[in-house]
Amino acid sequence: MMAGTKVRQETVRQGIWVSVCRVDQLRVDVGVAALVGGEQVALFRLDAEEITAIGNLDPYSRANVLSRGIVGSRGDTVFVASPMYKQPFDLRTGCCLDDPAVSVPTFDVRVLDGVVQVLAPPVSDGPDG
Amino acid sequence: MTHLRQRLVLIGHGMVGHRFVQAAIERGLTERWDVVVFGQEPRAAYDRVALTSFFEVGADELSLLPEGEYDDPRVRLVLDTAVTTIDRDAREVTTASGEVVRYDALVMATGSVPFVPPLPGRDLAGCFVYRTIEDLEDIRQAAKTATTGVVIGGGLLGLEAANAVHQLGLATHVVEMAPRLMPVQLDQAGGAALVRHIEALGVTVHTGAATEAIEGIDGKVTALTIADAEPIETDLVVFSVGIRPEDALARACGIEVAERGGILVDETCRTSDKAIYAIGECAAPDGKVYGLVAPGYAMAEVVVDRLLGGSGDFTGADMATKLKLMGVDVASFGDVFAATPGSLELVFADAVTGVYKKLVVSNDATRLLGGILVGDASAYGVLRPMVASGIPLPENPEELILPAGRGTAQVGMTDETVVCSCENVTKGTICSAIDGSEEKPGCADVACIKSCTKAGTVCGSCVPTVKNLLAERLASAGREVSNALCEHFAMSRQELFDLVAVKAIRSFTALIAAHGTGRGCDICKPAVASILASQTSAHILAEETVGLQDTNDAFLGNLQRNGTYSVVPRVPGGELTPDGLIAIGEVARDFDLYTKITGGQRIDLFGARVEQLPLIWRRLVDAGFESGHAYGKSLRTVKSCVGQTWCRYGVQDSTKLAIELELRYRGLRSPHKLKGGVSGCARECAEARGKDFGVIATEKGWNLYVGGNGGFRPAHAVELAIDLDTATLIRYLDRFLMFYIRTADRLQRTSAWLESIEGGLDYVRSVVVDDVLGVAADLEADMAGHIGAYQDEWSATLADEEKLARFVSFINAPDTPDPSISFVTERGQIRPSAAEGSAEPVLVASASIPVGAPR
Ligand code: SRM
Ligand SMILES: Cc1cc2nc3c(=O)[nH]c(=O)nc-3n(C[C@H](O)[C@H](O)[C@H](O)COP(=O)(O)OP(=O)(O)OC[C@H]3O[C@@H](n4cnc5c(N)ncnc54)[C@H](O)[C@@H]3O)c2cc1C
Ligand code: SF4
Ligand code: FES
Repeated sequence: MMAGTKVRQETVRQGIWVSVCRVDQLRVDVGVAALVGGEQVALFRLDAEEITAIGNLDPYSRANVLSRGIVGSRGDTVFVASPMYKQPFDLRTGCCLDDPAVSVPTFDVRVLDGVVQVLAPPVSDGPDG
Repeated sequence: MTHLRQRLVLIGHGMVGHRFVQAAIERGLTERWDVVVFGQEPRAAYDRVALTSFFEVGADELSLLPEGEYDDPRVRLVLDTAVTTIDRDAREVTTASGEVVRYDALVMATGSVPFVPPLPGRDLAGCFVYRTIEDLEDIRQAAKTATTGVVIGGGLLGLEAANAVHQLGLATHVVEMAPRLMPVQLDQAGGAALVRHIEALGVTVHTGAATEAIEGIDGKVTALTIADAEPIETDLVVFSVGIRPEDALARACGIEVAERGGILVDETCRTSDKAIYAIGECAAPDGKVYGLVAPGYAMAEVVVDRLLGGSGDFTGADMATKLKLMGVDVASFGDVFAATPGSLELVFADAVTGVYKKLVVSNDATRLLGGILVGDASAYGVLRPMVASGIPLPENPEELILPAGRGTAQVGMTDETVVCSCENVTKGTICSAIDGSEEKPGCADVACIKSCTKAGTVCGSCVPTVKNLLAERLASAGREVSNALCEHFAMSRQELFDLVAVKAIRSFTALIAAHGTGRGCDICKPAVASILASQTSAHILAEETVGLQDTNDAFLGNLQRNGTYSVVPRVPGGELTPDGLIAIGEVARDFDLYTKITGGQRIDLFGARVEQLPLIWRRLVDAGFESGHAYGKSLRTVKSCVGQTWCRYGVQDSTKLAIELELRYRGLRSPHKLKGGVSGCARECAEARGKDFGVIATEKGWNLYVGGNGGFRPAHAVELAIDLDTATLIRYLDRFLMFYIRTADRLQRTSAWLESIEGGLDYVRSVVVDDVLGVAADLEADMAGHIGAYQDEWSATLADEEKLARFVSFINAPDTPDPSISFVTERGQIRPSAAEGSAEPVLVASASIPVGAPR
């Protein structure tokens, strides 16, 4: 299963691949948080094959908690419900299902030799780097 | 012109006297008359009808003349002064203070006085009547040192008085000689329905009970003896057996009085002396006295009109009454006893909900003659005008009183018809909530209608009508009322519970694969987790269930606004040793946690980060504490009062029982959170009746109440069984709680469950106490299983590396604190600083609070 793990990688983005954990540390539908290049990321394993990553920051409560939400589905969409005030975010697009104007960032994920890697965005030149 | 001015003397400044003066000023009578008013009470007229609210609002709020005088200089108001004689020949009145005043016209508005039957002992200290503010002040004073109060008389006023005594915190009895309550307004069945409501509130009703004497020791009341029954021990007696028109002055000066009392007047309210009028409760037009204020007001208007040369008449009054007695709707109007020859009665009675409705109709069923409504008087608004105006009845008059669910009581309801009289919500408003709008989706359940419109949130009597409107409206729009849990399960929680039990399903994956669709969601996952927990007592962080839990359960703490958690160790019954207190204090100090006493008699430590939780709990567990389940839909606390051990009033050891119950039910997962309380006497310091289960000690044992809560929609717990010994109490509680767990809907507190379950409290009592379903043994066995398998979730977690592995801040940096969490200091403790880097305003929870309502 490790060898065949497919990861989401629609758009080609730039950055550095950061190893965060082994695939077998992730349980289906139970999120974890990771620190990737100073960013807080929420990782979700949707099934044997698919792993996604979104920002951990809940835009509604401004707390870093999305990794601790419950994973669910609406039709074919897989979402995580923020544990704070329950808004659902699409795990593949980062969009809030209840308010299309709100979204969280998504990150590219890949698995190499059973190790999960997240693409850290290039370091911005913002004040806090 | 001044020599032409005449003088009018008014005796009595009660409600009707005041109205008379108001009308005299407004209609210009004072242009030609000087008015002198003598009132016996120390204060100006006040709202006697609302007398009972005196305890809540005080005397000022009740006053009808807050300024203390009229702003017309031609009216002189003399208070605290009784008129003692009337000299009709000299046309003079003399007051107790010796003042003599001549009159050209005299108006008597002396009201009535409570009748105190000539019983032995009626003069003992502790006997009261219920008529004036002074009476209530005296009662309040006496209640301070009393535990029990008896009201003699179960009529309208007696029940009001009982309500007041009950509110003063006394164990309350009502003793009525007639075979039913409110004998004048209700028939036997209506009275019986009312008894059930009132007893549910904790007032004991004795009907057909003739008081023989009031016993006393040292001049103070101690008991009431009743013919053919046990005496009632009491510290306080309130007489409310009726009123006597205050006609003594009239009798003394030879004015004619009615055979059964009251100053006889004609339709212009004039007495046998042409210069003297009588109005209000002291007057007897046509020989009949009226114990209500509205007819008195009408009489006051008639006299002013006549003095101005008008032709107003008093021609009798409608004695219809609608009132809310201790929260129970009661209405009676027209010919309630079917005295009209040939009249027919239509009766609807529901023993379970205590609703009783009777219509009296003409023999051809075309006209409504009268009726009685107990428990649900929502139809009063429609029915009473039918009597008054003689509007013909609809085809099937019985539909007017059938509960909305069964009949179509909405016939003829327009959009303006008020459905919820407590909150004044119209049918139109409810229908728009169901239909929804651009901004807001329509309501598909009663809970939603309640939160959108407030209908049904006060007395609840309109809920059946609301339900019916909902069903009708949805059906006509082609929408369905669904009890599906969510898009993944087409079943209700109860159906799922049964399914899991019957098929012995042990995981969510298996359940959804066989009986659902998709991967579940934040609604069905925690619901199923709770069902599994209730049935298996497995650790909630077990492999199969950990992903199903809300974050509070998943981290065994309560998530706070900045992503940290709070820690609440269990403090059973609120009893805590000094060492325990110090241990908690030390943990709080060492981890720099914000510390607060909760509303549940224990201590909450806030601001713990995920990775700190195991360290904090290690310390607490070592000090002998265990999880308080503040995070779970499970037993929270059993609040105690100090009870017999210390309290001079306590009659049982309430603290001990509270601890025993809290330990017994700790960790029990349920559809919503569960709270309990145990009070050591009827003073109820543990607020047990505000809990899902509440126990109140009596001399004989324990009274058990269920279905109370505070929160969004507060509910008072209602009596399930009384005078139980401890073993029976626990047995009933085991059954009650398990029955609730088995059958309630998701996020339904016990009060809402009792409301929604068919047959309500009476049904639940029949299951729990009488075991009509034959499941009592099963329920008890389930509970025994839970108790046997209980383990402290935190110590079990600390002993299990795999579970502990989840308590990290970051999977790739387990001990690095979340850099976004920061605190500031306030009043010597930490608090979350404003959301980090938030230039934009912080979006907080939506304005509606999602409490309990299944969605
Ligand atoms: C800490 C505490 C307030 C305090 O500072 O005193 C509290 C705090 C919370 N209450 Fe409460 N409630 C607390 C006592 C109460 C009480 C008073 C009581 O128990 O005597 C009530 C009203 C009584 C009742 O429940 O009948 C109360 C009625 C609620 C409700 C409304 C429930 C309802 O049926 O309407 C909610 C919302 C819910 O449960 O859905 C709620 C929910 C919450 C939550 C869990 C909200 C949340 O999801 O974050 C709060 C977080 C608790 C935490 O972080 O530890 N809390 N809450 C109290 C903890 C008591 C304890 O020792 O466990
Ligand atoms: C607890 C309670 C609840 C009630 N609820 C309702 C209800 O829901 N609906 C309803 O319609 N009615 C209700 N009533 C009845 C209502 O209060 C009376 O109908 C109304 O107060 C009658 O007004 P009145 O002015 O005739 O008499 P009162 O209000 O009694 O006023 C008479 C006044 O005359 C004074 N007086 C008497 N003799 C003399 C004298 N010789 N010299 C000077 N002053 C004198 C008295 O001190 C008193 O102040 C209730 C009454 C009580 C006590
Ligand atoms: S009342 Fe509201 S704000 Fe206060 S503790 Fe309870 S849930 Fe939180
Ligand atoms: S009528 Fe009382 S709540 Fe609606």
